[in-house]
Amino acid sequence: MGNDLVVPAIVAVTLVTVAIGFYGLRLARTTSDFLVASRVISPTWNAAAIGGEYLSAASFLGVAGLILKYGVDVLWYPVGFAAGYLALLLFVAAPLRRSGAFTLPDFCELRLGSRRLRTLATIFVIFIGWLYLLPQLQGAGLTLATLAGSPYPVGALVVGVVVTANVALGGMRAVTFVQAFQYWLKLTALAVPAIFLALQWQADGRPAVTPPDGSTFRTATTVVVEQRAVLTLPDGQTREVRPGDELSFAEGEPVPEVSGVANGATDWLLPNDAGSGDRGLFATYSLILATFLGTMGLPHVLVRFYTNPDGAAARRTTLVVLALVGVFYLLPTIYGVLGRIYTPQLLVTGQTDAVVVLLPEAALGAGTTGRLLAALVAAGAFAAFLSTSSGLLTSVAGVISTDVLGRGSVRGFRLATVIAGVVPVVLALNVSGMDVSQVVGLAFAVAASSFCPLLVLGIWWRGLTDAGAAAGILVGGGAAVTSVLITVLGPALTGWPAALIAQPAAWTVPLAFTVMIAVSLATRRRAPADIGRTMLRLHAPDALRS
Amino acid sequence: MGGNVSAVIGVFSLVSVLAGALFAVGRLRGRRGIATPGQRATYEVLHTAGLAAEPLRAGLNPADAAKAARHLRTLVGAAGLALTDTDDLVALDGRGAHHREQLRTAARRVIASERSTVLGEAELTCNRIDCPVRGAVVAPLGGASGRIAGALVAVTDGAPAPGLVQATLETAHWAGSQVALAELDSSRERLARAEVRALRAQISPHFIYNALTAIGSFVRTDPERARELILEFAEFTRYSFRAHGEFTTLAEELRSIDRYLTIERARFGDRLQVRLQIAPEVLPVTLPFLCLQPLVENAVRHGLSRKPGTGIVSIEARDAGAECHITVEDDGVGMDPATLTAGIAELAGSTGDPGDDPGQHVGLSNVDERLRSVFGDGFGLVVETGVGLGTKVSMRVPKFHPGVRAGS
Repeated sequence: MGNDLVVPAIVAVTLVTVAIGFYGLRLARTTSDFLVASRVISPTWNAAAIGGEYLSAASFLGVAGLILKYGVDVLWYPVGFAAGYLALLLFVAAPLRRSGAFTLPDFCELRLGSRRLRTLATIFVIFIGWLYLLPQLQGAGLTLATLAGSPYPVGALVVGVVVTANVALGGMRAVTFVQAFQYWLKLTALAVPAIFLALQWQADGRPAVTPPDGSTFRTATTVVVEQRAVLTLPDGQTREVRPGDELSFAEGEPVPEVSGVANGATDWLLPNDAGSGDRGLFATYSLILATFLGTMGLPHVLVRFYTNPDGAAARRTTLVVLALVGVFYLLPTIYGVLGRIYTPQLLVTGQTDAVVVLLPEAALGAGTTGRLLAALVAAGAFAAFLSTSSGLLTSVAGVISTDVLGRGSVRGFRLATVIAGVVPVVLALNVSGMDVSQVVGLAFAVAASSFCPLLVLGIWWRGLTDAGAAAGILVGGGAAVTSVLITVLGPALTGWPAALIAQPAAWTVPLAFTVMIAVSLATRRRAPADIGRTMLRLHAPDALRS
Repeated sequence: MGGNVSAVIGVFSLVSVLAGALFAVGRLRGRRGIATPGQRATYEVLHTAGLAAEPLRAGLNPADAAKAARHLRTLVGAAGLALTDTDDLVALDGRGAHHREQLRTAARRVIASERSTVLGEAELTCNRIDCPVRGAVVAPLGGASGRIAGALVAVTDGAPAPGLVQATLETAHWAGSQVALAELDSSRERLARAEVRALRAQISPHFIYNALTAIGSFVRTDPERARELILEFAEFTRYSFRAHGEFTTLAEELRSIDRYLTIERARFGDRLQVRLQIAPEVLPVTLPFLCLQPLVENAVRHGLSRKPGTGIVSIEARDAGAECHITVEDDGVGMDPATLTAGIAELAGSTGDPGDDPGQHVGLSNVDERLRSVFGDGFGLVVETGVGLGTKVSMRVPKFHPGVRAGS
């Protein structure tokens, strides 16, 4: 692949991020002016910071790859990732801020007054955090392997070690301005190449994304297969390929159809895989539920709301986040679509997650422009790996140090960071074959079936009891966790069980809600005595409070 | 694939081993042979008492008293059990609901006389044929303090046996001490609130005098500035004498410190330098009202008043995960750590007269005590100082603590 600019770009981004975290803001914020020093962060900055932390490379690399592979079916991923903030805005943002809770376990303790429930919530926060860190490290490994030709473990190790060391030593500890900078960096890194790509597509005479007689190779291409697949050649023959096989295609030769991928124009353009029937519809609904309701359960997103001075600011922040994230997710879609034209070989190799980083060079050629833009995209992806991972790691480590180790000292936090960092790195080294988006989706599903019911019912229903909340989290979240474990470790399934396990949200979320409500009604006597005061605290407008 | 299968087998074997261990432990605990009957009796009594203690510690309100009455009835072994406060029945568990009125009068009598009594069938007449109530034992709930908080009534379906009377008396005594502990808790809270009020009253004397003199010096030379200073002073006192709320946010506390420093700058001019480093993420942190300002006041007094030349006061608030770390530092004369600890120890013994000059100790130890009483003993002040080395006071504030809320 040999783009000599990529590695320097990645190193530069890493160094800049670390340096800003350690020194930049420390100097910039020292002042003798109280007005400057005690200026509350504006919703716009805060929203950019949330965006910076939330937009994980795993999600945008994965989204582009999925669109390349499956077509419009998976547009629900980017839509859901952005629309999750709508649910957050409507149901959670302002009351949660008014409650004064910093983390989800805090909210449990405040609303239901139960230490045991707090412990349960802590376990889930850690699990979701790790499950969400896993695809970040995995994505880093893949990206570095694709761009610099290094073995897969190197990228995962590099990001894991850099982030763990950085958080443990106190740099980049959730500094709002650093994270806000990361958002704009990511947006630039994806938007500028996207503009060039669109222009190139214009200049090439707007080739059709789905030509009626199938995609063709635009240049002579040699493909090294990485995943076992069955190819259907244009003349109707089938051929089974194994990892390591090399295939050569001449310019203009049609792309062979690959099993398990949306191939023909109609397949790619229309929702619902032909043949899967209701299962495809079920998976779609599952995905919508998971992404819409899972965002509110992500530990690193919720802690950011604490920075807002009051509930109204929290709501405004969420609105801006919705806009920022919405704009951003247009870009991976463009990459996925153009990838169909310029990098069809990825369909054969199975490395669709690499489409974003490979596309600039493939479309614009290996000239300076192409290489520069490729380096820019790689830098953006790395910025995303670093910012999301460190945000996640900070919140997981915070929860571990206060709730598991039980002390708030600096040393305790460092120890917790190392613990929180080692586990996902080890996991990432052992699972390399999964779609990163699938793992991201699973993290959302677990969050949606454990914390979403807890937050929504806790905020809007007086009748929720600690026993009900615990039962709902255990049953709903437990079912989602079991699905995750079966997906990651268990045997391959087919038919309905596969659909139910791969996209569990459509049954686990209603299950969690039902169990929570039913058990709460059965244990009505356990409702906290000061529920009226708590509800007033959550819902009274900010103006009434002072 | 092979790796996956072995991983699945590994997980399943781990889970089954765990389940087996849990089952074995359950069986062992369930087996009677392991504890002697005496040990089991002790365990059961103490366990039931423990269950009753928790609601009792919350005070004699209907919801908690109902929970406590259930366990107390098991403890006494009576057919029914009622708890009263000084005025009325607050909870009744088991039999005897239709004797409520008679029990209430008896309880009032017991509370007035502070002596327990046994009611026979004659005092518990009723017109129900199937009434099982034959007697009752009424004992006052007296704590160690001697004040009677209520009464405990045990209702029996036979003539009250001496064993029941004894058990009731002992249980009432024990429950009384738990209720007294509840009062102790609430009086500790009241004390903490009183301390906040005391601190409010305490800032003033030196500072008000100094501020007014400083403003006075500007009235002729720079009336505009004098006017601004008076307004700042008014705002400052409004915040400091605020009547409501035990907690405030770091942002508000900083705003008040700014006003304070504006007034002090009028007095010291360029001699007073302030350096700030505040992480904006921690501005919404909730902390006890007026727990930072006394530290700044101290720093100004130490850093400037007793030494020539300029003094630098730095205030730093850092974001540290689930906590916020605040330090206030001056480069003034400092003090001998031994004097400081001695001063604080002395204060703990005496009532502490805020008028005296060791006021600085009062400020520090007051803040220290309030932080500990709100957040727990791990969150006290840390003072680093030495003669001639300046003073650095640090505190840690958790971002969330149940029961702590701004503006309440």
